[in-house]
Amino acid sequence: MSAVAHVRDAFARMAEVDAGPTGLNCILWTDEERALADAASVDAAATHGELAGVPFVAKDNIATTHLQTTCGSRILEGYVSPYEATVITRLRDAGAVLVGKSNCDEFAMGSSNEFSAWGPVLNPVDRTRVPGGSSGGSAATVAAGIVRIALGSETGGSVRQPASYCGIVGVKPTYGRVSRFGLVAFASSLDQVGVFGTTVHDAALGLEVIAGRDALDATSADCPVDRYSTAGTADLKGVVIGRPREYFPATLDPRVAARCEAALDLLRARGAEVRDVSLPHTDLAIPVYYIIAPAEASSNLARFDGVRYGLRVPANGLREMYESTRTRGFGPEVTRRILLGTYVLSAGYYDAYYKKAQEVRTLIAQDFRAVFDAGVHLLFTPTTPTPAFEFGAKSDPYEMYLNDIFTATANLAGVPAISVPIGDIDGLPIGGQLIARHFDEQTMFRGAFALEAARAGAR
Amino acid sequence: MSAKESTLPSVCDAYEMVVGLEVHVQLLTRTKAFCSCSSAYGAAPNANTCPVCLALPGALPVLNEEAVRLAVRAAHALSATVNETSIFARKNYFYPDLPKGYQISQFDKPLAEQGKLDIGKNADGTPITVRITRVHMEEDAGKSVHDRYSGATAIDLNRSGVPLIEIVSEPDMRSAREAGAYLRALKQVIEYTSVSDANMEEGSLRVDANVSARLRGETKLGTKTEVKNLNSFSGVERALEVEFARQCEVLASGGTITQHTMLWDANRGEVRPARSKEGSHDYRYFPEPDLPPLRLAPAWIDQSRMALPELPSAKQARFAADYKLTPAEIEVLTADAPTGSYYEAVVKAGADPKAAANWVIRDYKQAANASPDPRVEPISSGSLADLVKMVSNDVVSRSAAAKIFTIAVQTKEPPLDIAKREGLIQERNEDALTGWVDQVLAENPDVASRFRGGDKKLQGVLVGLVMKASKGRADPKAVNQLLSARAAAGE
Repeated sequence: MSAVAHVRDAFARMAEVDAGPTGLNCILWTDEERALADAASVDAAATHGELAGVPFVAKDNIATTHLQTTCGSRILEGYVSPYEATVITRLRDAGAVLVGKSNCDEFAMGSSNEFSAWGPVLNPVDRTRVPGGSSGGSAATVAAGIVRIALGSETGGSVRQPASYCGIVGVKPTYGRVSRFGLVAFASSLDQVGVFGTTVHDAALGLEVIAGRDALDATSADCPVDRYSTAGTADLKGVVIGRPREYFPATLDPRVAARCEAALDLLRARGAEVRDVSLPHTDLAIPVYYIIAPAEASSNLARFDGVRYGLRVPANGLREMYESTRTRGFGPEVTRRILLGTYVLSAGYYDAYYKKAQEVRTLIAQDFRAVFDAGVHLLFTPTTPTPAFEFGAKSDPYEMYLNDIFTATANLAGVPAISVPIGDIDGLPIGGQLIARHFDEQTMFRGAFALEAARAGAR
Repeated sequence: MSAKESTLPSVCDAYEMVVGLEVHVQLLTRTKAFCSCSSAYGAAPNANTCPVCLALPGALPVLNEEAVRLAVRAAHALSATVNETSIFARKNYFYPDLPKGYQISQFDKPLAEQGKLDIGKNADGTPITVRITRVHMEEDAGKSVHDRYSGATAIDLNRSGVPLIEIVSEPDMRSAREAGAYLRALKQVIEYTSVSDANMEEGSLRVDANVSARLRGETKLGTKTEVKNLNSFSGVERALEVEFARQCEVLASGGTITQHTMLWDANRGEVRPARSKEGSHDYRYFPEPDLPPLRLAPAWIDQSRMALPELPSAKQARFAADYKLTPAEIEVLTADAPTGSYYEAVVKAGADPKAAANWVIRDYKQAANASPDPRVEPISSGSLADLVKMVSNDVVSRSAAAKIFTIAVQTKEPPLDIAKREGLIQERNEDALTGWVDQVLAENPDVASRFRGGDKKLQGVLVGLVMKASKGRADPKAVNQLLSARAAAGE
């Protein structure tokens, strides 16, 4: 099938499920003509890249040169980047065709996609429920069958959590594995571009194309990139999988626990050894995350000041212009986090909050190092404590924040993690998470391939 | 040092001035600190910008290694200890010419600490030393242009992201004059090491001064104010005296000083308080997550110190020892590194050190100052050495040499060629000299007869007349000998 045909299919499916008042609202910006032209040039090219003709979407916080990059925010309404993110360039160089920018929580802050200035995204599995967030648009686009591969971004679980809620695969690589150049920063020390795929193979293909050192990102690592798409093996003999008890508390929804135990049984059946382990500082992850991430965000979002680009609300004087622009431009969750972050960095509070949080972050990272050093190759946990919830169900911000409880640890520690579907609960999908040590995406994918294959075999 | 005598009012007599300086120096890199835009001065507004220095969404900083190299060199030149690990930090504040809403700087762990700089000598010959607290790297902000469009402020971000070092001194200076001496010594070291142009007019060297007053004999520091908007060294000295006098008056009348930022108004010669919020920022510093800690290998740090060029103090000592020059001569010849190197090149090419010093200090400096581009030598060191040697060897007279110098600066010809063409080579041929002497004696019979009559004082007059008749070509020594011989013979 030609690239043009793939792109036409993607737009046809988009028209079917995304548009209109009852649509999913997962795609914000498209340019069909341009996408078809890109596809035609892929078809005409003498050589074909690894992803030749594969349509993809990118989250609206990743810079693209012909589609807007608004980060789901009014403050960037109409903003088109004059330069392209490294991850977009790499996908396009491999022959993939950008067909749209996907909806997300404003500046990637949220766990339900209810905080987009452009309206919520509906979960394709059940339109009364959230798709998860913040990369909910990308997850829904893949789950709805518009594209096979989509880019999202992670700060505390924003790819894995929506992947779990939408019944697809979502991977967050090691911090430094993928260039952040062109990813609009939320919390720079936690942010990574992640990949959604309909299957583990799709996610692996996408990641191996975008991974690797980028001279434009000083935090990107110079570390060889394996062929993740070939990481699958016949069995998991010799692989030790840790089951961290802190991720299976007594309060965990028993149906979620049951799906996880079933998945662990499948992994065992493939030859893996499952071992109980402990990551003792897990319960501190959410408080630490909600200090560090807002602190960095308060600084990262200072550039949206109405001076150079995006929204400017005219006012009398500079200070008033800043205030009215930012008050009108930012939504409630972004405002809340900027205020929180500004507070924890303020003179007199820095040591008690930010500095302390960094110290605890080190302990969380040490937890992971200790279990991996003890011979564990992978950790298996639920991705989320529950399946997708209904719109408006989490009106208390703290309730919403607890959604990240099993995912934020990997961002704080910088380790790679992937969410793979492990079953349904009342027709709603739920994901299981595999976490590996720094830069060992290959073993992580090996486990993910095995889990996916075992579930297919078991059905 | 050319500082004017202080004109402090008598109320200050009971008080001592205490000064610490914060100096920002723009590093002489080709490109900016965190992107590859040109850092050149004077381009069209916003011509030297890119996504990084415009702070477009998603852009990231990447550290310029050349900036690190220069910053470390400056730290060594100030005898500071370079930290193997230093950390970039964000200094957060809103301003239209600060596109990211934060400046990348260093805070907790600066590039270097604990340096010092000698700024002169006490009466007993011991050096006056100012301690340097820290040297850290940071980026510059852009420029707000208020006078280009009426009712609006324009922003030029060419300077945004240009690499700087900030050099913070201890409060070790006790007068405006010492502050001036510190700045001149610092500028000299910075120029010697080619770290920066250190040009205050173009803003590549900027000074903020912290000043306080305390009763003489008191050891505790008084409350300081920070004086900003200083745009020349003499302005710094004047501003310090004005602010110190203001503080003395407040203290003498029983008042207290409030810690505040003051702005110097050079036109009015006044300081006035800045708007209060400019002085009370909470910058919410935290480590810059986009840049890993800067780690420098100890061997690299050492190498950088070894590669340091000769510093002014060392050069001054060597010039005194090797060339037997006076302190005044040394001061001029070592004021900047190029002059010292030029002088030494002239000496190395065979010129007498003392004579070469005279030429460089007077004629050469004058020509250099008159030239449109001060970086271009008006005459090559080889040519000047040739000229100095021609004078020493009596090939040309000193006055003819001055003429040759002027022509050589214009035409770049070798001095000997000019001397030949212009007929300035001193004539020692006896026939020619005899001809001129005979001519002069014949044309001045009265003088001639008195000379013959034994009036030796007239010999000088006759030499002058011979020089004139020869249009400066006659070798005055030879003419003297000839006339002495005539006098002895009674001719």
